[in-house]
Amino acid sequence: MNQVRSFSVGDNCSNSFELRQSVRDTIPVMLGVIPFGITCGIMGNTAGLTNFETILMSLLVFAGASQFVGISMIAAGITGWGIIVLTTLLVNLRHIIMGASLAPYMMKLPVSLQAILSFGLVDESYALTTNRINTSGYSASYQLGCSMTLYISWAISTTVGVVAGSYIDDPLQWGLDFAMPATFLVLLIPRLVDKQSLVVCGIAAVTAVLGSMYLPGKWYIIIACLLASAIGGMMEREGANNHAE
Amino acid sequence: MRSEILFIIIGMAAVTYLTRFGCLVLFRYTGIPSFLHGWLKHIPTAILTALIVPSLLLPKGYLDLTIQNHYLIAGILAAVIAYKSRNIIATVGLGIMVMISLNWLDKL
Repeated sequence: MNQVRSFSVGDNCSNSFELRQSVRDTIPVMLGVIPFGITCGIMGNTAGLTNFETILMSLLVFAGASQFVGISMIAAGITGWGIIVLTTLLVNLRHIIMGASLAPYMMKLPVSLQAILSFGLVDESYALTTNRINTSGYSASYQLGCSMTLYISWAISTTVGVVAGSYIDDPLQWGLDFAMPATFLVLLIPRLVDKQSLVVCGIAAVTAVLGSMYLPGKWYIIIACLLASAIGGMMEREGANNHAE
Repeated sequence: MRSEILFIIIGMAAVTYLTRFGCLVLFRYTGIPSFLHGWLKHIPTAILTALIVPSLLLPKGYLDLTIQNHYLIAGILAAVIAYKSRNIIATVGLGIMVMISLNWLDKL
C-alpha cells in the first residue's frame, strides 16, 4: 500500500477515495464472477481434487477459464504436466493483449507495483480499468482496488463451491459433469459476434472432432486451437489490408 | 496434497503470470505487433470450441450423433439458453436439469 501512496500523484485521501470507488464499481461485476467461482469449486470436487488443491489453484492461478480447462483435463485423467500447462498458456495468451494496452500507463509505476497489478490482470479488472481510463484517466489505486476485490471474491466463492460440492455424494450421477461444457458455452457464445469468430469456431469444431477421433491423448485441443486461431488472425490481416486499399 | 497436482498448479500459475507480466517486459517500447494481436484475439474462441464440441459429440470416446447422446441434446439446449440469457446460473442449472431428466427417462 505504501508504494501506491508514495507513487500516486494525489494524496492519501484521494487514494482511499479511488479504492472505495473501485470497490463500488466492482460489485456488479463481482456478482457475475461469484457463480463461476462456486462452479469452479464444485468442479474441483468432481475432478477428484482435494478441497485444499482446488482452493490453492484459485489463490495461485486466479484465472477462471484456464482453471476450468485445467480441472477438466485433470478430471479426464490427464495428469501430464506439459499438456495441461501448455493449454493453460494458450488460454491465457489473451492477457498479452490486455497487458499491452495498459503498458503505457503501467510502465511509469514502480516495478514491484507493476508486478502486483499484473497478477490481478483478469478480464474483469481490465474492463473496469480501461473504462476508468476512458472516463477520468488511469489510476493505479483504482486498478489495485478492482483486482483485490475480484481476487477476494474469487477465493471466497471457490471455497463456497468446494464446501457445497463436498455434500454431493456422486456428482456424476447428477449430471454435474455437464456443468463444464455448459460453463464453456456461456464463455464462448458471447464471443461469436462476427464472421471471423464464427469461422474460427467452425474450424476449431471440425478439427477438434477429427483430432479427438484420430489423434492420441488430448493434443487435438492444442492443434485445433492453433490452427483455427491462426486462420482467424490471417482473416483479420486480410480484412485490414482490404480496408487499407 | 499430491505432488503431481501441486506441480500442475504451480506450472499453471507460472505461465498465467508470464502472460500477464510478460508483455510489460517484451513489448515495452514497440507495442504489440498487429499480426500477433489478430491471432491472440481468436485463441479463446478456438480453444473453448475445441473443448466443448468433442465433449458433446464424443462423450464416450466415439462419435455419437443419435438422440441417445444426452450430452448432445443437453448441449444444444444449453447453447440456446446461453445465447438467450448470457447467464451462467440459468445455463448450467437448466443444462443439468435436462441431463438428470434424460437419465431418468432412460431408466423408465
